Amino acid sequence: MAEYKRSSLIASAPSGYCPGCLHSLATRLISDVLDELGQAQNSLNVISVGCSALNIKYWGGDFLSVAHGRAPAAATGIKRVNPERLVFAYQGDGDLAAIGLAEIMSAANRGENFTVIFANNQTYGMTGGQMAPTTLEGQVTTTTVNGRDPSTTGYPLKMCELISTLKAPAYVARFALNSPKGINQARAGIKKAFQLQMQGKGFTFVELLTNCPTNWHLSPLKTLEYMDTNTIPYFTPGIYKDCEVDAE
Amino acid sequence: MGDKKFMKGNNAIAEAAVRAGCRFFAGYPITPQNEIPEYLSWRLPEVGGAFVQGESEVASINMVYGAAAMGTRALTSSSGPGISLKAEGISYLAAAALPAVIVNISRGGPGLGSIQPAQSDYLQATKALGHGGFHAMVFAPNSAQEAVDLVYNAWDYAERDRNPVFILMDGCLGNIMEEVDLPPMKELNDEDIPGWALTRRNDPERDWQLSLTPIYTEEMLEGLNAMAGEMYKSWETEDVKYEEFMLDDAEYVVVAYGIASRVSKEAILKLREQGYKVGLIRPITLFPFPKKVIHDLDYSKVKGIIDVEMTLPAQMHDDIALQVLERCPIYEYGRSGGCLLDDDGVYEALLDIVSGGENNG
Repeated sequence: MAEYKRSSLIASAPSGYCPGCLHSLATRLISDVLDELGQAQNSLNVISVGCSALNIKYWGGDFLSVAHGRAPAAATGIKRVNPERLVFAYQGDGDLAAIGLAEIMSAANRGENFTVIFANNQTYGMTGGQMAPTTLEGQVTTTTVNGRDPSTTGYPLKMCELISTLKAPAYVARFALNSPKGINQARAGIKKAFQLQMQGKGFTFVELLTNCPTNWHLSPLKTLEYMDTNTIPYFTPGIYKDCEVDAE
Repeated sequence: MGDKKFMKGNNAIAEAAVRAGCRFFAGYPITPQNEIPEYLSWRLPEVGGAFVQGESEVASINMVYGAAAMGTRALTSSSGPGISLKAEGISYLAAAALPAVIVNISRGGPGLGSIQPAQSDYLQATKALGHGGFHAMVFAPNSAQEAVDLVYNAWDYAERDRNPVFILMDGCLGNIMEEVDLPPMKELNDEDIPGWALTRRNDPERDWQLSLTPIYTEEMLEGLNAMAGEMYKSWETEDVKYEEFMLDDAEYVVVAYGIASRVSKEAILKLREQGYKVGLIRPITLFPFPKKVIHDLDYSKVKGIIDVEMTLPAQMHDDIALQVLERCPIYEYGRSGGCLLDDDGVYEALLDIVSGGENNG
């Protein structure tokens, strides 16, 4: 039987995440994996801007809070001078795929030996639901009130596909957090990424498809169904790169 | 002592940084400071440090932010346009109370400007290195040797204050070849890492959470800003540096820093030979500005202040005027856009002023 207990890295504070938001599940998974690997004390969370920044209240482990989009740059500085620490950044899609696109692609291309956990909910949650680079075609947001129109805003960016074109990254994978199966796969993927980092294999990237009940204007349960019918068909879950498999 | 070398200014400050214990550099190529990253790309690995050529100035300053958070002495360098891009990260360094050193080998501006030397970034350096109303100490050397000495001590100030330190030079000083007496290597150990750093090397047994953030509650932020204000005031009493040159009997006082002060000295010596009583105040710290020495001049004797800068319009003028308080005229002379100050030009401009002044002011 599995033992159910509070993860050691989740601080005892009331949650400010909206009801049904999968950010809290994502941070829980990360914390569980770090506990399992005995890396809780050695880990350093690079906390970015957006709803992910709420982690400065809930993350009980060591962290550095950084500027919008710059987590992969700050993590580069951290890891280069303290390679023994397990370093990961937790970034949302506006942060990582828009303002931080140069930083994420360049850190991945250098093969920096840290892990980026990418929470993709296709909107800017913290600022009130504007269009993100990952917003789906036709999706209504506060800056695309008639739905995202690719003729003026382009198409949703697929970060796993982009990063997996690079030679350096060791592990690139996408999981959806809207089902027990997806959650278990995500947990295994995060663990794999951290293990590869501990072995010095280089850059690891785990994308987590999440939700935003508030800005999608859906009940938490409906967001999970929406993900099945809309998000997952476009952002295909799977392992895009695995240095251990590719080496075989 | 006695490690004398003939070095280019940029290389000299890179070596001084290494000897000061700097073990991380991130930067992006921009003229006229390229020798700094080039030198450190091979020099830092020799001493167990790390060099990263960033994808941008924005990324580079944020790499420095990360390394500084680990208690590592970290450096970045750039020039005008690149410093504008670093403004975000410099503001975050100040917000998160992180020490780091930023070097600006300035060039003509605004915009892309020119790659030739200029002193066009005084206002940016002293008034607003980024958003939010913070300050950094700003040192302005006027020789390769002084640059070495100031860079060598820069992290001591940065760590004392937990605040970034800024070195403002220009393309002349960055590229000048001069003899420098290099200081000894500071040997920093894990025990020397500040207690707030996010490393665990300095205290492996520590079992409590370590965190650094530029995010605070409104009340905390207000309190921290007020504390920063007190710190800036303390700099004015504790840390002001300037040089006086032939000031005692001066009727005209040139105020000039960096390369402009060197050219001005030559002109002053020539004017003195002709009996003109001209002196110089050279700010070494631009922030804190040497207010008192300018304020306390004997204005019954001083007939005019001459602000000489390699930029147009003069940017130091208001800081000087706040101390002169209309007790004498303030004249300006400068070149700009990458056009250099030269001995003849400064001499003739000063001569015109001190021999009558009717054509200026």
